[in-house]
Amino acid sequence: MEYLSPTTVEEASELLAARPDAEVFAGATDVIPQLRAGRAEPGALVDLKGIERLVSVSADDAGWTIGAATPTADLTGNAQLSAEFPGLVEAAGLIGSDQIQNRSSLGGNLCNASPAADSVPAMVVNDMRAVVAGPDGTRTIPVVDVTTGPGSTSLGPGEFVVEFQLDHRPARTGDAYLRLIPRTEMDIAVVGAGARLSFDEAGVCTSAAVALGAVAPTVVRVSDAESALVGTAASDILGNGDAMAAVAAAATAACNPIDDKRGTVAYRRQVAGVLARRAVTAATERALATNGAATDGAAANGVS
Amino acid sequence: MARTHVTCTINGDETEFLCEQDETLLNALRDDVGLTGVKEGCGTGDCGACSVLLNNRLTCACLVFAPEADGATIVTVEGLASAEALHPVQQTFLEGAALQCGVCTPGFLVAAKALLDHNPDPTETEVRYALAGNLCRCTGYDKIVRAVLDAAADMRSDGALTAD
Repeated sequence: MEYLSPTTVEEASELLAARPDAEVFAGATDVIPQLRAGRAEPGALVDLKGIERLVSVSADDAGWTIGAATPTADLTGNAQLSAEFPGLVEAAGLIGSDQIQNRSSLGGNLCNASPAADSVPAMVVNDMRAVVAGPDGTRTIPVVDVTTGPGSTSLGPGEFVVEFQLDHRPARTGDAYLRLIPRTEMDIAVVGAGARLSFDEAGVCTSAAVALGAVAPTVVRVSDAESALVGTAASDILGNGDAMAAVAAAATAACNPIDDKRGTVAYRRQVAGVLARRAVTAATERALATNGAATDGAAANGVS
Repeated sequence: MARTHVTCTINGDETEFLCEQDETLLNALRDDVGLTGVKEGCGTGDCGACSVLLNNRLTCACLVFAPEADGATIVTVEGLASAEALHPVQQTFLEGAALQCGVCTPGFLVAAKALLDHNPDPTETEVRYALAGNLCRCTGYDKIVRAVLDAAADMRSDGALTAD
């Protein structure tokens, strides 16, 4: 197996076009264990970390651009990103140990296509887009469209994720991600739940996104929970009113889980309802805590 | 395939080695450079026995391809002590008997150094989280956590003395 380290997106695309036996990698935290476990070695592995654009974080008036191979430690260490999107950053920070955090990335977490990937529900509720480079140039697709099943993605031959786009948070908006594991660190989600809610000045929910991980072959958007939340007052959400019962029921119903050593189907369904409700509560509390202040895009400019 | 030539700085010394392109940094450090303080535990990034600082970031050497090290700065457990003295965390592990078989110890020492480098006054909880990627199957963690907290205290008081 050859190790190749291009320094530009174009060079990487040319390499991949010329070498159909090549695969890309970022932190290698999944690739190396998979190779050890007997996965067939590709003819070449293309290290994307040598491309500066893929290992950088920046913000402008529109939003954030996060390089696909950026170590997640750089996201948890970014105070402005953490303040604006605490749920996204917490999800990214849950991937493995400190050792792993220095290598793991949003692009790797997404494209490894584990149903239990922690960052994916948080990326989905924040409407993040993936910029994908390939033989025919670049295209931008919603993150939710990248994975198609365990270990499989919609990316074509020679395509790889360059970076993620994330619009600035609107006023009175909060996000959250919660996962259940039997211990406090170093485990894989039994269930993960991401939520993001926005409210108007009267405290009524104007938009909601709820997504679950580890309960189906891919991340699941819970549209019935979202429609139950829109139009609901924050006080009803925090008071665990009818809408929250609907959120829990919808999350349980949206699951299509498997039995495995981490949990049974019945347990995952039950926990998905509980976690979805708690994530909605946490996102609501954060939205109210922003006191109506939209993020100052100008203040975030130039952050790297 | 021809072996790949890698030039890097290891424990302050410019070092060159030849490696296979699909070799891990762990194997290269142990077999090609001879730094056997870097231990192989699981080989899959779960146990932390192979923890090194790669460009000042705590990393499992088993999850790095050796050619990635070209141009990098690496610190292994062999680089913690000075010519005169052990690193404070090595000293407190010794004094507190924070090891039994010792295979996990190099990884714990490097991870502890990485923590104390950027957080000189960690809480016990912070120490436990920072060491969550390092597994020990004989000592139990209490002595290890106490040794790291003791080292932090020693380093703070040494710093205070130096500042005076």
